[in-house]
Amino acid sequence: MSTTTDSKIRIQLEDFSVTDEIEAMKKVSRNIGGITTFLGTGRELSKGQNISQLNFEHYPKMAEKKLEEIRVQAIKDFGVIDMSIIHRIGPIDIGENIVLIVAVGEHRGETFKACEWAIAELKRTTPIWKRETTTTGEVWVQDTP
Amino acid sequence: MISLKYFASLKSIAGKDEDSLEIESPITIDQLSDIISKTAPKMGEIIREKKVMISVNQEMASADTVIHDGDEVAFLPPFSGGAK
Repeated sequence: MSTTTDSKIRIQLEDFSVTDEIEAMKKVSRNIGGITTFLGTGRELSKGQNISQLNFEHYPKMAEKKLEEIRVQAIKDFGVIDMSIIHRIGPIDIGENIVLIVAVGEHRGETFKACEWAIAELKRTTPIWKRETTTTGEVWVQDTP
Repeated sequence: MISLKYFASLKSIAGKDEDSLEIESPITIDQLSDIISKTAPKMGEIIREKKVMISVNQEMASADTVIHDGDEVAFLPPFSGGAK
């Protein structure tokens, strides 16, 4: 697992800097005119229960492979210049960063569409699981929206 | 020998996170679930009832996927990564 901003697909324990990730993507092309980001963060309330901590687990290699497929498909289908996807694993506290998608393109339109598609696709196809710790115990979340 | 991997909620159901299994010839997913049922009945039932996804060598498997010696089979409960 890498913590540098060099790789556009990363699954890592460590937190990431949204600013650094955006700056890294801005260097991809001088033709970038629009950037859309999606940042997912740890939420305290889930289905009426107070969550004290989240914990993410992934299937190494397969999860990275799926994220790379999403990146390639987003470039092909939406015409964005590039995309980076970073997902954290391990324990995550409320308010902390979980996942970041940065879509860069010549214009804003394709980056909005690509970013929204990519997070939905990530949740649908990428083997990453979330465990929530609440006052009543721990539960693996299995409802894919 | 094939390797088996269990993730998330399936680890407690299977009682392990990985296992290995000797097979004499290629087998189907159904045959694999029968073998697993012998030592972990609930896990076998979950596989038969298609409550989990299965990957073979990190590609999603279908009902007619055949498992060969040396393959890595993973049992994947519904995903929940990302954030709402």
